[in-house]
Amino acid sequence: MLKIDNLHVKLEEEDKQILKGLSLEVPAGQVHAIMGPNGSGKSTLSYVLSGRDGYEVTEGSATLDGESLLDMEPEERAAAGLFLAFQYPVEIPGVGNMTFLRTAVNAQRKARGEAELSSGDFLKVVRAKAAELQISPEMLKRPVNVGFSGGEKKRNEILQMAMLEPRMCIMDETDSGLDVDAMRLVSDGVNALRSPDRSFLVITHYQRLLNHIQPDVVHIMANGRIVKSGGPELALQVEQEGYGDLLAEVG
Amino acid sequence: MADTAVRRKDQTPSVEGASRPANALDARLAALALPQGGFTAAARRDALARLRDMGLPGPRDEYWRYTDPRPFNAPVTAAMPIPEGQETPLFDGLDKLTLVFVDGLFDEAASDDLALDGVEIATLAQADGAGSWAADLYGTLEAAGQNPVKRPFAVLNTAAAQDGLLIRVTGKPSKPIHVVHRRASDSADAVWHHVIRVEEGAELTLLETGMSGARSNSVIEVDLAPGARFHHVASKRAVDAKVGIGHIFARVAARAQFKSFTLSVNGTTMRNEAVIDIAGDDAVAHIAAAVLGDGGKAPFHQDDTVFITHGAERCESRQVFKKVLKNGAEGVFQGKILVKPGAQKTDGYQISQALLLDERSQFLAKPELEIYADDVKCSHGSTTGAIDEEALFYLRSRGVPRERAIVFLVLSFLADALAEVEDEAIRDCIYERLDVWLTLNAVQ
Repeated sequence: MLKIDNLHVKLEEEDKQILKGLSLEVPAGQVHAIMGPNGSGKSTLSYVLSGRDGYEVTEGSATLDGESLLDMEPEERAAAGLFLAFQYPVEIPGVGNMTFLRTAVNAQRKARGEAELSSGDFLKVVRAKAAELQISPEMLKRPVNVGFSGGEKKRNEILQMAMLEPRMCIMDETDSGLDVDAMRLVSDGVNALRSPDRSFLVITHYQRLLNHIQPDVVHIMANGRIVKSGGPELALQVEQEGYGDLLAEVG
Repeated sequence: MADTAVRRKDQTPSVEGASRPANALDARLAALALPQGGFTAAARRDALARLRDMGLPGPRDEYWRYTDPRPFNAPVTAAMPIPEGQETPLFDGLDKLTLVFVDGLFDEAASDDLALDGVEIATLAQADGAGSWAADLYGTLEAAGQNPVKRPFAVLNTAAAQDGLLIRVTGKPSKPIHVVHRRASDSADAVWHHVIRVEEGAELTLLETGMSGARSNSVIEVDLAPGARFHHVASKRAVDAKVGIGHIFARVAARAQFKSFTLSVNGTTMRNEAVIDIAGDDAVAHIAAAVLGDGGKAPFHQDDTVFITHGAERCESRQVFKKVLKNGAEGVFQGKILVKPGAQKTDGYQISQALLLDERSQFLAKPELEIYADDVKCSHGSTTGAIDEEALFYLRSRGVPRERAIVFLVLSFLADALAEVEDEAIRDCIYERLDVWLTLNAVQ
């Protein structure tokens, strides 16, 4: 599904290398977690994959089902099936959540040559999915993320994911700022989306999220590279021992 | 600071300033058909005298520092082509009383009957010979609004207005009045003047759309009795080059509510002046504007000049001005809040913001506060910025194409101004139309 090979990325504005030869492969249907200390380049990876400006790829490749992501505009990557759940979802006053979501869904369908959803059909689907995430009809009407609590914003991200039905979901510290109940809701939402042809890359600081969303593989990222990969037990080890010993071990 | 500058100029008039006005004004007046007036005769004579005293503005006038007055000073306006093709009228879906003006003159055949429960409506041209309740109001608020800042084109308007509406509201009409402006001649100088009085406890919504004349000069005088409510929503879209100056003079009595929102889209030189006198306790005055300016086809310059005077206690005023500029477009905002001695518990708010879609466009803002009461809350802010890249990326990452995402962000930027349109159905009409215009050509 997602294949990243020897990816080197630097910031455009300052000559600072962030990713230094990162390689990673997430097969279809799997959940991979990335953990790593602050500044290891986790968020940069999620931004580079989804096409945010400000980064320059100096070497390496990233493909989704064999298609190079790096040559595509962000909206093309979305239509190709990539989704990034933001660590800090952006507030957009004056644009209704529902209007935004319908525009996004239909823009993607159009880009893929599928028929657009009618308002009625869209409404039916979005209401059902919102209810599962305990997102009230009132929240759907409000401007995008405006006045939403931290938990509501993250649930709104999962709602977008559920509506857009991406095949490759990247979640950038979706657990940050969530209380226990909100984390369960978000995790249930994600777990409901797990399927043999959908993959997840879950970036997190804490093992706790991985109790709810159980990963197939855990990667440890440091200094712009994956330095160690293993099973769920790797996350537990980090939680108990910190990164110090692990990083010393891999040099 | 503005006042100081004006006084300094008065003390030492420049040679240019001393010699220019008389000739220029004579030429300007000679090119106009000046109605003699019936009930307005005295007001028109008074206005002419005031105008001769005042002269036309020059570039050295403080309030004309950012906007070139020459297009308005010129005796004859340059011909402006009339755009081809008609789009669906803006408020087509709403129930309303439609009154049509063509190049500033009332078009009876194209209009609904002047009949609406709770409202007396007459046209200025027809009523002028007969007399009107408006006799003691025509030109009065305009004249009062000349101090401390001179507004010579409003004076010119009082002297030269060809037509307009005289609206007296005594009840709560079931629907809004919609004034539609159309153009017929490519070189018409349209001068119209509405006088509106909303009596105690009465309410009116006035919608205005379209443009009259190749050059337009409008005055709306609004007198609100205690507890009256007036809601004004205007949409001025100049598809091709267009020169226009509009004025609103409002007097707001106790507990009355004045709200005005103007959408301006394109045009060569457009200036909107608002002078609001909050005269009674517990009154509310809001004025807002959304501007879309594209300097691509023709130079774009749009100026909002606002003066709000708080002369009573516990009153609220709010100014919300938002301008989206591209292709070298220029936006100007000059907004002042004057709080008079004794106007305690005043709540004054002013925000002016520009969204520049490229580096060639510019926004000039001059916010002013002048406060002579000690127990007031007044704030002002002004910002100029570009499209928020973070938000743009967020929208695009969901699959929304870049062009569409920018339309969303422009609408988002304008939202606070549009929120000043209270009626949801009216606001929805404006949102839908803005969306169409933006998608067509206003942003790229």
